Amino acid sequence: MSMPGGGHPVSCAGDTMTIMKVGTLHLKLLRDLFRLKGQALAIAVVIASGVMTLIMSVTTLEALSGSRDRFYASHHYADLFADIKRAPLGLLERLQTLDGVSRLEPRVRAPVRLDVTGFDDPVRGVILSLPDGRQPNLNRLHLLAGSLPEAGRNDQAIVSDAFADAHGLRPGDTIQAIIDGRQTRLLLSGIARSPEIIYQAAPTDLLPDYKRYATLWMNERTLANAYGMKGAFNQLLITLQAGADVDTLIDELDLILARYGGTGTQTRHDQQSHRFLEEELAQQRAQATILPAIFLAVSAFLLNVVMARIIQTQREPLAMLKAFGYRNGELARHYGLLAVLIVLLGWVAGVLLGAWAAHGLAGIYAEYFRFPEMHFHVPPWAMALALGVAGLAALAGTWHAVGRAVREPPAEAMRPPAPQRFRRTWLERSPFGRALGNESRIVLRHLLRHPAKASLSVIGIALSAGLLLMGAYQLSAVEEMLDQQYRQVMRMDIELTFSDVTPARAAGELRHLPGVLVVESWRRVPVTLIHGHREYRTSLLGMDERPRMRQVLDPQGRPQTLPVEGVMLTRFLADHLQAGVGDTLEVAVKEGRRQHLKLPLSALVDEPIGVGAYLQRDTLNALLNEGPAISGAWLLVDSDQQAALNDALHRMPAVASIGMLSEAERGIRDYMDETILMFALVFVALAGSIAFGVTYNNARITFAERARELATLRVLGYTRAEVARILLGEIVLITLLAIPLGWLIGVGFSALLNQAFSNDLFRVPLTLPPYAFGFAAAGVVAASAIVAVLVIRRLGRLDMVTALKAVE
Amino acid sequence: MNDTSDVVFQTRGLKRFYQMGEVTIQALRGIDLELRAGELVVMLGASGSGKSTLLNIMGGLDSASEGSVHYRDRDLTHASQRTLTEFRRHHVGFVFQFYNLISSLTARENVAIVTDISRDPMPPAEALAMVGLQARLDHFPSQLSGGEQQRVAIARAIAKRPEVLLCDEPTGALDFRTGIRVLEVLEEINRTTGTMLAIITHNEVIGEMADRVIRLRDGQVGDIHVNARRRPPSELRW
Repeated sequence: MSMPGGGHPVSCAGDTMTIMKVGTLHLKLLRDLFRLKGQALAIAVVIASGVMTLIMSVTTLEALSGSRDRFYASHHYADLFADIKRAPLGLLERLQTLDGVSRLEPRVRAPVRLDVTGFDDPVRGVILSLPDGRQPNLNRLHLLAGSLPEAGRNDQAIVSDAFADAHGLRPGDTIQAIIDGRQTRLLLSGIARSPEIIYQAAPTDLLPDYKRYATLWMNERTLANAYGMKGAFNQLLITLQAGADVDTLIDELDLILARYGGTGTQTRHDQQSHRFLEEELAQQRAQATILPAIFLAVSAFLLNVVMARIIQTQREPLAMLKAFGYRNGELARHYGLLAVLIVLLGWVAGVLLGAWAAHGLAGIYAEYFRFPEMHFHVPPWAMALALGVAGLAALAGTWHAVGRAVREPPAEAMRPPAPQRFRRTWLERSPFGRALGNESRIVLRHLLRHPAKASLSVIGIALSAGLLLMGAYQLSAVEEMLDQQYRQVMRMDIELTFSDVTPARAAGELRHLPGVLVVESWRRVPVTLIHGHREYRTSLLGMDERPRMRQVLDPQGRPQTLPVEGVMLTRFLADHLQAGVGDTLEVAVKEGRRQHLKLPLSALVDEPIGVGAYLQRDTLNALLNEGPAISGAWLLVDSDQQAALNDALHRMPAVASIGMLSEAERGIRDYMDETILMFALVFVALAGSIAFGVTYNNARITFAERARELATLRVLGYTRAEVARILLGEIVLITLLAIPLGWLIGVGFSALLNQAFSNDLFRVPLTLPPYAFGFAAAGVVAASAIVAVLVIRRLGRLDMVTALKAVE
Repeated sequence: MNDTSDVVFQTRGLKRFYQMGEVTIQALRGIDLELRAGELVVMLGASGSGKSTLLNIMGGLDSASEGSVHYRDRDLTHASQRTLTEFRRHHVGFVFQFYNLISSLTARENVAIVTDISRDPMPPAEALAMVGLQARLDHFPSQLSGGEQQRVAIARAIAKRPEVLLCDEPTGALDFRTGIRVLEVLEEINRTTGTMLAIITHNEVIGEMADRVIRLRDGQVGDIHVNARRRPPSELRW
C-alpha cells in the first residue's frame, strides 16, 4: 500500500507516536500549570519585574540617544564651537585650509532681553544670526511652524518652540526686544527647534525656564548692523572631517583666533545642551545597568529557588512517571518546559510593561529634551538578554531539583518520606524555649530541621526587602540632595550676572535698590583645571572669605572659610582630576590675558549639585592682576518688594541675567519629580510585586509540604485557627528574620546605586532616613499579611481524608 | 512448568536494609525464589513481612542490598538506573494500593501517559474496555469511585502488554464487592493474555485464586503452597 506523497507507513507511525507522546505529557504540563496558577503567576510577576526594569531603562535610553543622534546628523550639528570678540569673514578662507576642518559656519551671537505682553518677569535670551533668508550650513533649524525670516527683512525673527509654547506665541505675533540697548518690535515669522538647544536652559542655569529664557534667530545683516559686526562674526561653528586630529586642530584654531579675542575652541562636551543630555544619558545608562542587574539577579535567584521547591513538591508524581519507565531526560524536559512556560509568561508581560512604561517616560522627557521626533523600539538584544537570564535561572533551578528527584529510587519516593529526625533544639532548652507552646515548638523545630531551606526563604524575602529599601532611598535621596543644595549651599534669593566685569563698587549701588536686604558680590572666570594628564573645564568662583549666601560645606555639612591662598574643589572634581589636598593644580584662564597659574588645592567641598572651584575674591583679583572687580552678585530680598525690584533690575543695562532661586528650585524639583522619582516609583512598585511573589510562593510551598501534617492535626481535633497558627507562625518568623537582613542588603544596593549615579551634575548623598527602613519592613509585612489571608482561605478547603490517604 | 526456560524472575539470597530515621530495618533477610511465565502468584504476608520490598525490587523500583535478582537472563542486581528504567518501560506493569493516578489527567490520558512511551501498546480505549470502563474514558480520577480508579490503574498497567504484572495490595483500599471485581479483571488478563501476575496481599482468601501461594514471614520465604485448582474470584468470600 503506497502512501500519498510517497511517505513511508513506518516513519508515519513513528511520527504519530511522537506526537501522541508529546500529547499526554504536555497535557499534564498544561494542567499542572493551571493547578499551580497562583504560584506560576507569582513567579511570572517576579520575572516580569526584573525584565520590565531592563526593558524600560534600556528602551528609554535608546529612545533618547537614538533621537539625539538622528537629530544631530539630519541637522548638521557642529563638532566644534569658537567664541570670538570679533573676527573678519575674510579669515574663513584661511581657517578652511586647516587639517581636519570639514565645514565652517560663521555667525553673530548676542544676548537679548525681551518683553512679552502680559508677563511681568524679566525674560533673557540669545539671538543667533541666520544667513539672509536661508538655512545655515550647520546647526540647521527644524521649523515647526511658519517660515524663515524673509531675505532683507530686519524685523522678523524665529523663536524657540519651548518659549513659544510657554507664552502661547504663534507666527505673526510680535514681541519687544532690547537689542543693544534699543527697544525693537519683532514679528515672529516661525517657530523652530535646533540640535544645539535640545535642552533649552539659560547658560547659567541648571534647568530650563521656558517662560524666562528664549532663543531667537534673525537675519545676519540685522544683527551685524546692531552689534557692529558688519563683515565679521563672533561665533564660529565647525564640523570635522573623518579621522581629524581634534586636539591639534583646536590648538591651531586657538592660536589663530586668540588675536581676535577667541576664548578657546570648545567641543560638544562644553555645550550646555549636549552636556546636559550626555549627563542625563549617563544617568540613564547607569540606571539601565545597575538597576536591571540588581532586579534581574534577584528575580533569577528567586526563580531558581522557587522552581526547585515546586519540583520538590512534585516528588511523588515524578517517582510514578519514573516507575512507568519515563527516562530521566524526558522528566527533566517535562519540568523544564513547565519552567520555560512560566518564564515566557513573565517575560512577555515584562517586555510589554517595560515598553509601555518607557513610552510614558519618553513622553515626560520630550518636555525637557526637544527632539523633532522620538523614535521607539525595544532593543532585541535587551529582550534576548532578559529571556536568557530568566530562562537560565529557571532551568538551573528546575534541573537541579529534577536531578535530585530522579536520583532517588522510585520506590523510595513513592512511599511517604521517612519521619525526619527532629531534636530538641538549644532554643527550646533555654528559659525562653521552655515557655513555648506545642505549636511554637512545631514551628521552631521545622525551621531548624531545614536550615538551608529556611535560609533560602529568609534570603528571598530579604532580597525583596532590600529592593524596597533601595526604592525608598531613591525617593528620599533626591529630596535630601535638593534640601542640601537649596537650604545650605544656595541661600540667596536672586543671582545677578553682569554682562561685563564690573568694579566692585557696583555692589554698593545694588544695596540701595528697593527690597534688597543683603548683597554679596562674586567674581567668576572661565578656566581649565589641569592636574597631570587630567583636565576639566569649569570656572573659578571668587567669593567673600566666609560666604554666607553660597556656602562651601565640609563632609559634616558645616560651612567652611575660604583659605587665603589656594583653591577649594568639589570633592567629585578633585577625584576626577586625581588631585589631593596639598597638590598643585595648573589653571589656564580662558578670558582676558589668558594667564597660566599654579594654585595649591587647599581643601575639599562637599556639595550635591554641580562641581566648582572656589577661592577668595581678593585672591582671584590679585591673580588676574586686576583691581577689585566682580562678575555678579547675590541678593537677599524682601519678598513684598519683589515686583519693584524686578522693575529696577530690568532697567539696569549692566545686568545680563537675573536668576530667581525659588524658580530654579521649583524647576529642578519638577524635573526630578517627573524623571528620577517616576523611575523610583516604578521600581518601588516592582520591588513590592517581587516581595509579594516571593512571600506567596514561600507560603504556598510551605503549605504543600505540610498539608499532610496539618490535615492530621485537624483529624486529631485541632481547630482551623490552631492549625493556621502553626502555618502562619512559620511565615511570620521567616518574615521577621528577613527584615534586618533585608535592611543590610538594601544598604548595599543603595550604595551601589549611589556610586553609579554620581556624576558632574548630581551626587546623591548616601543617607537613609529611618522611614526608608520602616517602609521596607512595612512592604514585606504587608505582602506577608496578604499572603496569610490567602493561605488561611486554602486551609479552609483542606480535605482531611484525602490529604491523609492520597499519596499525591 | 518446571522447565527452567520458563523462569521469569529468579532471586538468590536477596537482602534489603533500610535506614529509617535512626533505626536500621531489615526488610528482606535472604530470599530464594523463582517465578514462572504465565503463572498467577499470590504473595501473602503481614505488614512488615517484606512483600512490598520484594515486589519493588523485582519491578526495578528499588535495588537489593545483597544477593541477586534476575529477570529472564538479565541481571537486575547491579543494573544501572538507566537499565532499570528501560526494564520498567517495556516489561513491567504496576498496580498500586492507592491507584496513584495522575489527578490532572482523565482515565484515557492516565493510560496514554504509559502507552505514549511503549513499543507496542494497545489503544488506551481498548485497555479501558478490558477493565469495563469504556463508558468512563473522559472522567477525571476525582469523578471515579475507588474501584473504578483501581481499574484505570490496571488498564494503565496492561496497556503496554507487559510480560509481568505486579500488584501491590490491589484491593487494599476497596470494599469487598469492588475488590472481587478488580480481582476478576486481573485473573482474566492473566488467563487470556498469559501475562505473569504477582499479587501481594495480606488477605489469605485471595491466595485461593493463585497457581502458587508464597508466604513471607519477617523478610524470609515461610512456605510455598501449590493450589490444585485456581478458584475463580467470584467464589471468594471474606
